Amino acid sequence: MTQTVSRSGAGAQRAPLPLDVEAIRADFPILTRTVRDGKRLVYLDSGATSQKPRQVLDAERWFYENVNAAPHRGAHQLAEEATGAYEEARAKIGAFIGAPENEIVFTRNTTEAINLVAYAMSNAVTAKEPEFRTYAVGQGDEIVVTEMEHHADLIPWQQLCERTGATLRWLGLTDEGRLDLADLDTVVNERTKLVAVTQQSNILGTINPLEEIVARAHAVGALVLVDGAQSVPHQPVDVTTLGADFLVFSGHKMLGPTGVGVLWGRYDVLDKLPPFLTGGSMIEVVRMEGSTFMPPPQRFEAGVPMTAQVVGLGAAVDYLQDLGMDKVEEHEKALTGYALEKLAEIPGVTVIGPADTVARGGAVSFTVEDIHPHDVGQVLDDLGIAVRVGHHCAWPVVRRYGVPATTRATFYVHTGYDDIDALAEGIRAAQKFFGTV
Amino acid sequence: MQLESMYQEIILDHYKNPHGRGLRDPFDAEVHHVNPTCGDEVTLRVKLDGDTLADVSYEGMGCSISQASVSAMHDLVVGKPVTEALETGEHFMTLMQAKGDPSVAEKLEDELEDAVAFAGVSKYPARIKCALMSWMALKDASARALSVADSAGAPATHPTAPTTGGQS
Repeated sequence: MTQTVSRSGAGAQRAPLPLDVEAIRADFPILTRTVRDGKRLVYLDSGATSQKPRQVLDAERWFYENVNAAPHRGAHQLAEEATGAYEEARAKIGAFIGAPENEIVFTRNTTEAINLVAYAMSNAVTAKEPEFRTYAVGQGDEIVVTEMEHHADLIPWQQLCERTGATLRWLGLTDEGRLDLADLDTVVNERTKLVAVTQQSNILGTINPLEEIVARAHAVGALVLVDGAQSVPHQPVDVTTLGADFLVFSGHKMLGPTGVGVLWGRYDVLDKLPPFLTGGSMIEVVRMEGSTFMPPPQRFEAGVPMTAQVVGLGAAVDYLQDLGMDKVEEHEKALTGYALEKLAEIPGVTVIGPADTVARGGAVSFTVEDIHPHDVGQVLDDLGIAVRVGHHCAWPVVRRYGVPATTRATFYVHTGYDDIDALAEGIRAAQKFFGTV
Repeated sequence: MQLESMYQEIILDHYKNPHGRGLRDPFDAEVHHVNPTCGDEVTLRVKLDGDTLADVSYEGMGCSISQASVSAMHDLVVGKPVTEALETGEHFMTLMQAKGDPSVAEKLEDELEDAVAFAGVSKYPARIKCALMSWMALKDASARALSVADSAGAPATHPTAPTTGGQS
């Protein structure tokens, strides 16, 4: 059932939603459970981790029940079939972002994917193979991030700089919740080795103008890593038009299992990077005196991989493609617009981040006057509404906007207007409970 | 609504009208504790008079539970010997681990006074850290103040440098 146009409250618009919310909800077993004494689960925390449709759970079960074996080793039939399932999923996940399969490296999550690149760049300093020293970072070099980054796209670069003597620089934020690109040309300069930037802020919802940043970075010969943890699940992303050198994202935020993330890298760049983790699977020839390594992506996949999870992520990609990523994006845009209007109707509520849906995704962070986010979250939880509270692993962002923490609602394919109505009512209930209105 | 079991009237009173708030001089030790999962912070000072907590002063920001807890703690521990205050802290910890068991709260009611109202918090694992933060800070600050006093062979006249302690 598609929810239809109607007016609600003081006038928040309910445009028809592109996705059939009721049909989609039926695919998510967890949405049938209740919480806190029989309340319907209103799950508005997909930005932290998404729920999983039955199709993904079935794919993992299928793998374990039918073909489970360690891929890329052994010559028995199960090993062949497990390898086939693993590599088929790699091709599928690559196609989802417009990439060939040999540019897709599986990691544990976005965090590990970023660490892989950061450690490869410091390992490059002491690599014995000359081509592996191509992207070495050292004193006098600079790494650029933004004040908007999730800790996962900040700390690995801080640490890289500490290990190598390079300098960390960053682009600041405007009062409106956008990247401040006024000094882009000075911050990103001929000393810059890499620019790491999120495509969509996990706390502000801001979608960044990557084109301008990529153009400047490449003009000075720097690599660009795009954190797609909050964009790849929610909008079409194609690496052929993105222009970046790396794109990283997590399976668990896009309906897939935990324990699998993706590093996409341009093949010619990946090929010049030394390994991060070493061991089985990633070697070419091993002798006691020293060893050589496989080409990408195997060079970066040491040990038996998270095979069932990769197969599950393949099923998640199928699910999203069946819905259509264009529709997913439109769906969330409609919900975000509605949520921003509903929240604007509540006195004392301030949205931290862009106030309209222009270049903005569905992460809506807000404060409620005189009620700490933890306490807002507790009242919402009591009503069955799951939101995230705190600094959202982006402490510099909350500090920038002068708040100790925020409450954050995030949306996905099963989110409907009813969920946002519940959120708005819940905020009013919190205000009543704490006597602030 | 289950909310009332956590947000007892007494807790909301401490939150809205905190007791003993503000950082005061002189002091023997100062600590800064944060709850890294949510950003709650407390800066806490202790002033000893011999082995007795002559004053516990604090500033902090955070949720109602964390702020009310430090206020209730102030009432409980000021004027008590350090060992007795820390023992009370242990009992508060026991209360936080009670998973809402009313018999635990009953046993501790006399000793914990207003702080027994936090019994409802023990049903919410994510919030226990909020209630415990100030007690962790007190334990840390007391230990530092006592070690300063020990090393000086007499109660310290100069405060120790502020230190940052994390609880994670």
